[in-house]
Amino acid sequence: MAQWDEQFSKLKQIIEIMKDHNLVEIQIKQGEEELCVKKAQPVQPQITGVPMFGAGMPGVLPGAAAPAAGQGQEAVPQEAKSAEIKSPLVGTFYAQPSPDSEPFVELGSRVEPETVVCIIEAMKVMNEIKAEMSGVIVDVVAANGSAVEYGQVLFKVRPD
Amino acid sequence: MFSRVLIANRGEIALRVIRACHELGIEAVAVYSEADRGAAYLDMADEAICIGPAVPSESYLNIPRIMSAAEVSNVDAIHPGYGFLAENENFAQICRECGIIFIGPPPEAMRLLGDKVEARKLAKKAGVDLVPGSDGVVADEAEGLKIAGKIGYPVMIKAVAGGGGRGMRVAHNDMSFRAGFASARAEAEAAFGEGAVYLEKLIVEPRHVEVQVVADGAGNVLHFYERDCSIQRRHQKMIEESPCPVLSEKTRQELCASAIRIIKHANYVNAATVEFLLDKDKHFYFIEVNTRIQVEHPVSEMVTGWDLIKMQLKVAAGDDLELTQKDIKCRGVAIECRINAEDPANNFSPCPGTITRYIPPGGPGVRVDTHVYQGWTVSPSYDSMLCKLIAYQPTRAEAIATMRRALSEFVIEPIKTTIPASLSILSHNLFVKGKIDTEFVERNF
Repeated sequence: MAQWDEQFSKLKQIIEIMKDHNLVEIQIKQGEEELCVKKAQPVQPQITGVPMFGAGMPGVLPGAAAPAAGQGQEAVPQEAKSAEIKSPLVGTFYAQPSPDSEPFVELGSRVEPETVVCIIEAMKVMNEIKAEMSGVIVDVVAANGSAVEYGQVLFKVRPD
Repeated sequence: MFSRVLIANRGEIALRVIRACHELGIEAVAVYSEADRGAAYLDMADEAICIGPAVPSESYLNIPRIMSAAEVSNVDAIHPGYGFLAENENFAQICRECGIIFIGPPPEAMRLLGDKVEARKLAKKAGVDLVPGSDGVVADEAEGLKIAGKIGYPVMIKAVAGGGGRGMRVAHNDMSFRAGFASARAEAEAAFGEGAVYLEKLIVEPRHVEVQVVADGAGNVLHFYERDCSIQRRHQKMIEESPCPVLSEKTRQELCASAIRIIKHANYVNAATVEFLLDKDKHFYFIEVNTRIQVEHPVSEMVTGWDLIKMQLKVAAGDDLELTQKDIKCRGVAIECRINAEDPANNFSPCPGTITRYIPPGGPGVRVDTHVYQGWTVSPSYDSMLCKLIAYQPTRAEAIATMRRALSEFVIEPIKTTIPASLSILSHNLFVKGKIDTEFVERNF
């Protein structure tokens, strides 16, 4: 019985070694005695195919085009007749150059690409925003003195 | 306490900070890029401001846009999260100049500890062992060869301004040193704009063990014990746990005391993590300090029972830590798996796309930190981490069992995720025995 206990303990040690180092088979021969332990192998599915991406760091795909706007946003149906002037900055929208002057543009004002349509103040810097299109103002969307975010619609323009 | 805080980050950490703000009665202002427009976590903020297009340089990394958003939303402070601008001393400085509190260290402390060579000098002064290495920048190949000969191969050539595993090469002899020295310098120059390198002895099969620390403005520095983050792939952490399963109590006390000494010497304020390597003889060597809150902070929160983000907010608002070290106990074991949108069967290549079916795990001992939900679209513009899954139980064996259960319950379809890889690691006999090191993943998977 003692011999069996000893053998069993050795076998347990061998199995632990196999698990630790992911071995599939061990053969031990000592004189006349031979011990062979084999681990049952599940059928491995073959993984074929060339990786789609380079083997770089996980994370950002190099050179990926920016995806269409975010999370489940519906495509805004574009009115065939009006284009939008959107804010390129975060800041405060001012429709006129100074508190007591006339606004830069109004409903019906004609704009060219270089026409200054408003000021957006960011960090105490007054940024003049240009129309960057030719047409006529059909809607002043942003409220004077209000905070605007990047991409926010400031004006609607009927383009030429 | 602050009335309003802006979070200069995105995704799960932005949500984490929103939650901490709300529990402290602080209004949270979120910023987002066009790629994150419509994200559900933004609705949880009190205000959300679009700051730019998807590309980080024009949104989450864009200091003028973030400061403008802070100005128009009238915040008292900015929490930078992790990554992005969290360790940008220029950003911390600009916040100070604009009269907005940066929730993190003062720029001087960030600069000092962010410079790896300076940090090593400081650690040495604080009486903490360093990995043997060059005592500063290596001027040229000839000097490098001499130092490498003195330290003994193998050596690691590392960029002074480096991070994320870049600008690093291993050399086993003079020949590979010459090649590695040149290419490490070139890569560092390209990636960080600074080609200077230093040398460190390469410790074979080390464990990565880091200590969580929080310091307040009155000079009190507390530790929240250590985390073992040895399960890494290409220097990216995959699994973290607390406590480190192989430390004796004596070594733990010395390790944590060393971390505190370094933080005190730097006059640091707010949260930081001090990183060490632990060799086979349980000797630890200082590596670097991360001057920010880290991804894996929940692991320390679970074992100590303290909310580290709320603590960051309180310290930044000028509250002194009312705790003493005696109040902070380490109970039980916490394990975290990062779940990324990557395909483990395909070299962990990123898998952007829309998640059409999402069922998170639950039940006792399970914490899920995520911004993701059914219908979320994973953008290719940002890192691929979807979620942090944390298991917490009284013993390590139970925490592993809970984590396995939680990973098996977790449904994220149809994109590929790292869930199968985490399960494989957690089933590996050596991981179960706690016999791991930083090369474990690359050796066995």
